[in-house]
Amino acid sequence: MTTVEDAHALVEAPSRGPRLLERPRATTGPWSWVTTVDHKKIAIMYGSLATVFLLVGGIEALFIRLQLARPNGTVLTAARYNEFFTMHGTTMVFLMGMPIAAAFGNYLVPLMVGARDVAFPRLNMLGFWIFAFGGLFLYSSFALGGAPDGGWFGYAPLTSTPLAAGYLPGRGADFWAVGIIMLGIGSVATAVNFLVTIINMRAPGMTMMRLPVFVWMMLVVAFLTLFAMPPVTAAMIMIFMDRNFHTNFFNAAAGGDPLVYQNLFWIFGHPEVYILILPGMGIVSEILPVFSRKPLFGYAIVVMSGIAIGFLGWVVWAHHMFASGIGPVAVSAFGLSTMLIAVPTGVKIFNWLGTVWGGAVRLATPMLFALGFIAQFTLGGLSGVMHAIVPSDTQQTDTYFVVAHFHYVLFGGLMFAVFGGFYYWWPKFFGYALSERLGKLNFWLMVIGFNLTFFPMHFLGFEGQPRRTYTYPKGMGWDGLNLLSTIGAFLIAASVLVYLVNIFYSAKREGRQPVSADPWDARTLEWMTSSPPPEYNFPEVPIVTHRDELWHRKYTEDDEGRLVKLPAGGAVEVADRKDIEPGSIHMPSPSYWPLIFAVALPIIGYGFVFKNWWLLALGVVIGFFGLSGWAIEPSTEPDMHPHAEGAH
Amino acid sequence: MAQAVVPAHSSGLAHAEPGHDTNTGVSNPKLAIWLFLSSEALFFGAFITTYFLYRGRDTQFLKGPKPEQLLNIPFTSVTSFILLMSSLTMVLALAAIQRGDERQLRIWLLATALFGLTFISGQVYEFTEFYRHGLTLSVNMFGTTFFVLTGLHGAHVTMGIVWLLMLWGRSAQGRLPQAKSEAVEIAGLYWHFVDVVWIFIFTAIYLIPQH
Repeated sequence: MTTVEDAHALVEAPSRGPRLLERPRATTGPWSWVTTVDHKKIAIMYGSLATVFLLVGGIEALFIRLQLARPNGTVLTAARYNEFFTMHGTTMVFLMGMPIAAAFGNYLVPLMVGARDVAFPRLNMLGFWIFAFGGLFLYSSFALGGAPDGGWFGYAPLTSTPLAAGYLPGRGADFWAVGIIMLGIGSVATAVNFLVTIINMRAPGMTMMRLPVFVWMMLVVAFLTLFAMPPVTAAMIMIFMDRNFHTNFFNAAAGGDPLVYQNLFWIFGHPEVYILILPGMGIVSEILPVFSRKPLFGYAIVVMSGIAIGFLGWVVWAHHMFASGIGPVAVSAFGLSTMLIAVPTGVKIFNWLGTVWGGAVRLATPMLFALGFIAQFTLGGLSGVMHAIVPSDTQQTDTYFVVAHFHYVLFGGLMFAVFGGFYYWWPKFFGYALSERLGKLNFWLMVIGFNLTFFPMHFLGFEGQPRRTYTYPKGMGWDGLNLLSTIGAFLIAASVLVYLVNIFYSAKREGRQPVSADPWDARTLEWMTSSPPPEYNFPEVPIVTHRDELWHRKYTEDDEGRLVKLPAGGAVEVADRKDIEPGSIHMPSPSYWPLIFAVALPIIGYGFVFKNWWLLALGVVIGFFGLSGWAIEPSTEPDMHPHAEGAH
Repeated sequence: MAQAVVPAHSSGLAHAEPGHDTNTGVSNPKLAIWLFLSSEALFFGAFITTYFLYRGRDTQFLKGPKPEQLLNIPFTSVTSFILLMSSLTMVLALAAIQRGDERQLRIWLLATALFGLTFISGQVYEFTEFYRHGLTLSVNMFGTTFFVLTGLHGAHVTMGIVWLLMLWGRSAQGRLPQAKSEAVEIAGLYWHFVDVVWIFIFTAIYLIPQH
């Protein structure tokens, strides 16, 4: 005990000089959330805001589907349609897909590795607020001179030609470029945090090959983010410079080359696909063993496949450019590498099937979503391999076939995993379970709606319907399938509505019982502490001796290999113990500084977009103020014990 | 007692003493700065690659001054040398704080910042000279790539200078004791990285013949 106090005295004492701002002290109410550095609260904020953006992006999609339901649609103007499909894609990738993974990662990674928080709690807070302000910044463009309308991959020279030339009227492309740079800064900060946490802060005995697969996948994702964000940031800077300062990066008339943009973007863009899907694969790899009552089949192979996908993800980017004339050698090479990446993906699918095979399967809602993931992701993977065959790809490029393909991967895959994750970890996050009946309704509506929406798009693509075209004439043979697709989209909307109802219904349900630490009879460390966990996660940091540690504390095998439950209390510890003295476990204290630094970024962003150098200077000053306050503030206030007053 | 196991892990948070209780033995902040710099390497990599892709590609347009008419290799060699010497003073600053000599630390921090500032002044002079001779961002591809690549590097050096001066200020207030030498080490890693990037940029733009 004395050693702790001594260590803190030694490290903290010199920093207790003058302060620029008093330390925030709120432990309840909205202000405690705004200034929190607790990874679990930050995760809930990530998840909530990402869900809001899921609804916003979903509503944009509904408008797109309404517009296309009948030929010669008039729901949206062409200009508004461009804004909606651009913002739908940008929202779902940057404001929903990545933050939702950050939500699960933030909540679960420290718990799963047996740590009390992430390595840099304030950097974590910064990552969230950059996401929040970056999202608001992007959406403020609707009110401030036009939303982005050049597609989510914003090809040059469309997006890079100076405003005066009138290719893309309005400030949309500027908001888009600056917004993505801003979100990229936040993503890199979050990635560094996950990497250091996973590499450096595992509990004793938690070796790399004992890590839950979800943690492994977040590790790969963090590396991908770390290396994928810089090229796209460079591309965005070039777009912005071309558009506003008349550089010639993508101006072919002066010797520039739009293909350079495509290369820079897809060097980011393809790893980004794996940044989005790998967390989903991780979630499914956690759910399947629990609901099959079997360990994950071929753990090491699943992990290695994830790493292989991480590496191969860097050598396939040009398959997005087969139709842009990059030459036969490049096309063949990238076609081959694209076929190759299907191998580790296929291996994983077989591992998941092997996990379920012969297991005592419980078809609870999380399991249903996980199984839906496997089926639909496989379909998306198969249409993906079709794109590796170059002649076939050139036929499919920019048709609805491509739209069908990536929605099967990202919606049929990622979103199903995410919803499975919601139902699986909800008791851990909030201390109450979601209703199974509504959950199953949610699942079946979503399966039917999803396949009704996107399966017909394969055929529409083959029949030549181009994507990103705001309307089509009668008599193309597309009418029926488009209508079907629109009906499906509204079924998806209904399923999301059921999910939202479920949240409130289950929270208010008559006579609901508080859930135990381990309601699913699960396998990993997060289920060893109370639901929801206390601020310090574990009263005593667990000593890990096995992969699936919790399982091994509960069960053993008899001579014939049958599962035998260990005597009650088999070393499952629960955190709400009364012998923990309030304040005896030092946790990082809340802070204002990351928030102040994050506020500076959109101000700098507006300064650039409107070329208002005063605004820019103001932003820089605020940012500098935030950083300098941050630098001299100790992470933990020695005389403060916020969790003592019961933050939870 | 719960506290019995606390030291090993609760102090695995960011304020941990360097390296003592992490799985790898490398302290969290140091691991973080290495990861961040690896990300930065790809950022500069993208711009350097773009520079090479466009080098000499716009000869048919024959607009604006050519690089060989502008580049003053002796002058930039001198400022580059000064920037590289600042890495030496940075090492001396770290050595000073590691042996607890705070006065020497401040001297070498200031010297490093000053060398950096000299380099930036040279860059400002170079930019104005080039501009006077008609090289703008838009006149040709050399203007586009040169100004953006070296400008972004200059911005990184400038941030490094601000970082060094903040450390100097902390030390002057007596808030940068020997125990916190890692703060200097981390700033140093950033500073050396920016210097190494300049070696690549200098080679690419100034030393490799244009045609």
